[in-house]
Amino acid sequence: MHSSLSLSFSATSSSSATVFRSRHSFHAPAPAAAPLNLRFCGLRREAFGSCLAASLSRHLPRRPHTAAVSAALSDNGSPPKSFDYDLLIIGAGVGGHGAALHAVEKGLKTAIVEGDVVGGTCVNRGCVPSKALLAVSGRMRELKSDHHLKSFGLQVSAAGYDRQGVADHANNLASKIRNNLTNSMKALGVDILTGFGTILGPQKVKVGSSNKIVTAKDIIIATGSVPFVPKGIEIDGKTVITSDHALKLETVPDWIAIVGSGYIGLEFSDVYTALGSEVTFVEALDQLMPGFDPEISKLAQRVLINPRNIDYHTGVFATKIMPARDGKPVLIELIDAKTKEPKDTLEVDAALIATGRAPFTQGLGLENIDVVTQRGFVPVDERMRVIDANGKLVPHLYCIGDANGKMMLAHAASAQGISVVEQVTGRDHVLNHLSIPAACFTHPEISMVGLTEPQAREKGEKEGFEVSVAKTSFKANTKALAENEGEGLAKLIYRPDNGEILGVHIFGLHAADLIHEASNAVALGTRIQDIKFAVHAHPTLSEVLDELFKSAKVKAQKSTPVSEPVAV
Amino acid sequence: MASPFLPATITVRPTNSITLSSAATLTGRRLHLTAAPPRHRRGRPSLSVKSKIREIFMPALSSTMTEGKIVSWVKSEGDVLSKGDSVVVVESDKADMDVETFYDGILAAIVVAEGQTAPVGAPIGLLADTQAEVAEARAKAAAAANSPASDPAPATSPPPVSDDPPAPPRKVVATPFAKKLAKQHKVDVGSVVGTGPHGRVTPADVEKAAGISPLAPTKTASASPASPSSPVAASPPVPGSSDVTFTTMQSAVAKNMMESLSVPTFRVGYPVTTDALDALYERVKPKGVTMTAILAKAAAMALVQHPVVNASCKDGKNFAYNSNINVAVAVAINGGLITPVLQDADKALEKARAKQLQPHEYNSGTFTLSNLGMFGVDRFDAILPPGQGAIMAVGASKPTVLADKDGFFSVKNKMLVNVTADHRIIYGADLAAFLQTFSKIVENPESLTL
Repeated sequence: MHSSLSLSFSATSSSSATVFRSRHSFHAPAPAAAPLNLRFCGLRREAFGSCLAASLSRHLPRRPHTAAVSAALSDNGSPPKSFDYDLLIIGAGVGGHGAALHAVEKGLKTAIVEGDVVGGTCVNRGCVPSKALLAVSGRMRELKSDHHLKSFGLQVSAAGYDRQGVADHANNLASKIRNNLTNSMKALGVDILTGFGTILGPQKVKVGSSNKIVTAKDIIIATGSVPFVPKGIEIDGKTVITSDHALKLETVPDWIAIVGSGYIGLEFSDVYTALGSEVTFVEALDQLMPGFDPEISKLAQRVLINPRNIDYHTGVFATKIMPARDGKPVLIELIDAKTKEPKDTLEVDAALIATGRAPFTQGLGLENIDVVTQRGFVPVDERMRVIDANGKLVPHLYCIGDANGKMMLAHAASAQGISVVEQVTGRDHVLNHLSIPAACFTHPEISMVGLTEPQAREKGEKEGFEVSVAKTSFKANTKALAENEGEGLAKLIYRPDNGEILGVHIFGLHAADLIHEASNAVALGTRIQDIKFAVHAHPTLSEVLDELFKSAKVKAQKSTPVSEPVAV
Repeated sequence: MASPFLPATITVRPTNSITLSSAATLTGRRLHLTAAPPRHRRGRPSLSVKSKIREIFMPALSSTMTEGKIVSWVKSEGDVLSKGDSVVVVESDKADMDVETFYDGILAAIVVAEGQTAPVGAPIGLLADTQAEVAEARAKAAAAANSPASDPAPATSPPPVSDDPPAPPRKVVATPFAKKLAKQHKVDVGSVVGTGPHGRVTPADVEKAAGISPLAPTKTASASPASPSSPVAASPPVPGSSDVTFTTMQSAVAKNMMESLSVPTFRVGYPVTTDALDALYERVKPKGVTMTAILAKAAAMALVQHPVVNASCKDGKNFAYNSNINVAVAVAINGGLITPVLQDADKALEKARAKQLQPHEYNSGTFTLSNLGMFGVDRFDAILPPGQGAIMAVGASKPTVLADKDGFFSVKNKMLVNVTADHRIIYGADLAAFLQTFSKIVENPESLTL
C-alpha cells in the first residue's frame, strides 16, 4: 500500500511542484509527524494520525490534485474525464460563497448553482437583517433607559421609532450585502448558474427545469436550511410567523409569544421588547436558553428576561397554534411536555415560531446516488464527505453548512467549505468544530467557544483529567465601567494539568467580538501558560479575557512557542 | 496588571457537580464588585434559626423606615453565600443599602422580588444550609406566598389563572407587564377588569386597580436597574405632562412636610454682615470646609447660649431640651432631599466635611440649617421639620449699601437669615435674642475657629 502511495506521489509532485511545496510530510505516514502543512483551525493530532493512512489510501490513487493537470493525469485506471468545472457548488449561501472564493484562490474552475437568491439565508433572512434590527433595538433600549442616561449626565426627550424606517434599514442592508456577494463572485470568475440544482449521478448535476446538465469533478452540496415548523402550527405570515417573516418587521405586535428560547428566540425577544412589545416564551425543556452554559444562562436570564416585560412557560409544547381570525386573537394550546396533559391556552396578538431549522435537501436527487438523509440532514464524515446508504463514502461529493447539521452557523459553513476545498486541492484537512465560536447578539451579548462546564466535566470524568474554572466580572474592567455596562461575566474552563482551554463563555458588552481571542487560542492549540503573556491595550474590554487567563492556575510551565518547526 | 477584585480560581472536585446550578458548586468566596466609592455595608438582617432554613428579613435601615423596596438581588437563587457577602440592595426612604448575610448557606428562595416592597421585618428570602434543604425552602416559600406575592423565578411558572370574574366564564388573560405590576403592587390579577384587546388585562388596568396614575409611555418601568444607585430622579425630561410616582424618599419628604402643617410656626428675619465671615471662609476653604459648615458651627455656638431654640416640642405639651447640639444640614441630592446631621456641631469643625451617612445621622437633628445662598437666593422661608424646634434659612451674601448713624455710607456684604420656629416652645424674644447672638458670632468669626 505504501509503495504505491509513494509512486503516485512522485508522479504528481514532479509535475505540479508549484502547488505542493510542502507535501514532504505526507511521505511519512507515521502519526507522530507534526502536521506542518495544516495551517487551519486546530487539527487534532489524534485525528490526523489515525485517519491519515486511511484517507490517503482511499483518495490519492483516484484524485489528481491540481486543476491545471486534471485532464492529463491518469492514475490507477479510471478513464480521464473532461469536466465542465473542477468544482460545482449547489447553493450560493454563505457556505457556498466561502467555498467558491477559496476554490478560485486555489485555481479551481468553479461554478455555483442558486435556485433562489444569492446570499441564501444568512444574507436575506438571517444574520444580516437580524443584526440590523438588533442594532436598532440596542440603541432604542439605551435611549429609553432614562436611568442609564442619567448616570452619564444625559437627557433624551421622548425617543421613538418609525417601523417602516427600521424595516427599510434591514432590507437595504440585505440588498447591499447580496449585491456585494454576487459581485465578488463574478469578479473572481465564478460562474453563477441560476436554477434549482439536482444531482443526476456521480459528478453530474442538472440545473433548473431545462435539461441543462453540468459536470464537475467535485460537487459540494450547500443548500442550507429553512425554519422548522412543528406540526399543529398554522403559519399565516402575519400573526403566526417564522423568523423569515419577522425580519421584514411588517408589524410590531403588542404582545407576541415566542415558541423556543434558543438564540433565535432570545434575539427576537430583545428586538420586540426594545420596540415596545411584551413577550411570552414557550419552551419545551425545563430551562430557558437550554443550549448555553447553565451559569451563563442563569445570569442572562437575570439581565435579559427578568427585568423586561417578558414572562415564560417552560416544560410545555405548543400543540396547536391558530392565527388570529374573525376578531379572535392568536390561540396557542399548551400541553405539559412530559405528561402530555393540556396545561393552558394563550391568547396573544402574534406568535413567532423559533423552534430550530430544518435542512433543505428535498429535490436534490440524492436518491440517484443512493444517499439517504437522516431527518433531512445529509450524512457526512468529519471531512464533510457524503456517506451513502451503505455506509460508504460517495466519491467527489461533499456537503457543508446547515444541510449536514454538524454546526448550524454561517461561519461554520464557510469554514467547512474551505476545509473541503483544501482537501480537493490535495491538502488533507479536518475542521476542529470546538474551535468555532458562536454568539448571540442580545444586549448585552453572549458568546462561547468550546465546551460548556457540564460537558467539560463529563469529558474530564470519562478521560480522567481534572477540570478547573476561572471567572472574571466585567465590573472589574475600566472600560466597561466607563460605559456603565459593568454587568457581565467571562468564564474559562480549562485543564489545570496542561493548560489546555476547554471552553470560554462570555456574557457582556461586545462579547461577540471578544470571544475570538479564545477561539484563536483553541484553534491554534495555544495553552494558557503561553497566552497569558500576551499584552492587551488599556483600557479595553479585552482585558476581561486577559484577567481571565491570568487568573487561571496551571501546573504546566510556559511551553515552546507553537510556531517553532518540529523536525520530521 | 492583576486586578485586586479578582475572585480566586475555583477547583471543584467532581463530586460537587449538581445540576441545580453550576454556581452551587462554588466553594470559594465570591466578591461582588463595584468600582464606585465604597458604600456602607449596613443593615443587620435578623436571621432566625428555623430547622436550618433561615429567613432573611427586610432590615430597618433607619428609625423612620417602615418598608423597603428591593432594588436588586445581588445573588440569585441557588447561589452559595458566605458570611459577609452582599446579598441584596434595599432602598429605604433615605438611601440604597447593601444588605449582607451573617450566615453561610445557599440562597434557597427569593420571597420578595426586585422592584417589590416589603414591610420591615418581613421575610424577603430563605437561606438553606445544604442542597437538600433548598427544595424544602422553595416549597415553603411557594406555600407561604399568597396569590399576589412572587414565586421563585426559575421554576416553571404557569400564569396565575384565577377563577372566573363575574359574567363570562373565561379565564383571565393578562400581559406579562401587567402580571409584573400586579405582583409589585400586590393586586390580584384575577380581580382586575381587562380593557385590552379581547378583554385582556393591560398594565394600565392593573395600575388603575392599584390606584396609581399610569406612567407615561416613555417611562418603561424596568423593575430593577442592573446596578444599585441613588434613587431615580422623578423630573421628566419631556416638557409635556407625564405622571411619575414618588420614590420612597420623595414620599418621606412629602409626609414630613404634611406633618409640619400641624405645628404653629412663626418667622423672624435678621440681616447679618458677613465681611469677616467671608474672609474666614477664604482661609479655611482649602481645608475643605464649606460655608454651610461654618454657618452650622456658628449656629451651634449660638444655640449653646440659647438652649430653648435647640429644644423640640414633645407631644404638644412638653419641652424636650437636647443636651447635644446636632445641627442638620439640608442637602439636595439627585431626586430628593435629606438632612444629614453634624453631631455636636459646636464641638468639631472637621465633622462638617461631607461623609457617608449613617442612618442615625438623619434622625437626631435638633436644629436645621438650610442654605440656598449658592443659588443667589437672598431670602426664603423654610418649613420646619417635624420634631425640631427651629430651622434657619440662609440666603446669599450680597454687597449692600449701609448708612450708619452719622450719615456715612459704606458697602458691606449682607446676608439675610430667616428662622422659622415652633411657637409652642420658642417665643419671639427667644428667637430674636438667638439671632442677635448668632450675628455677633458671625461678625466676629475668630471664635469659630476654636
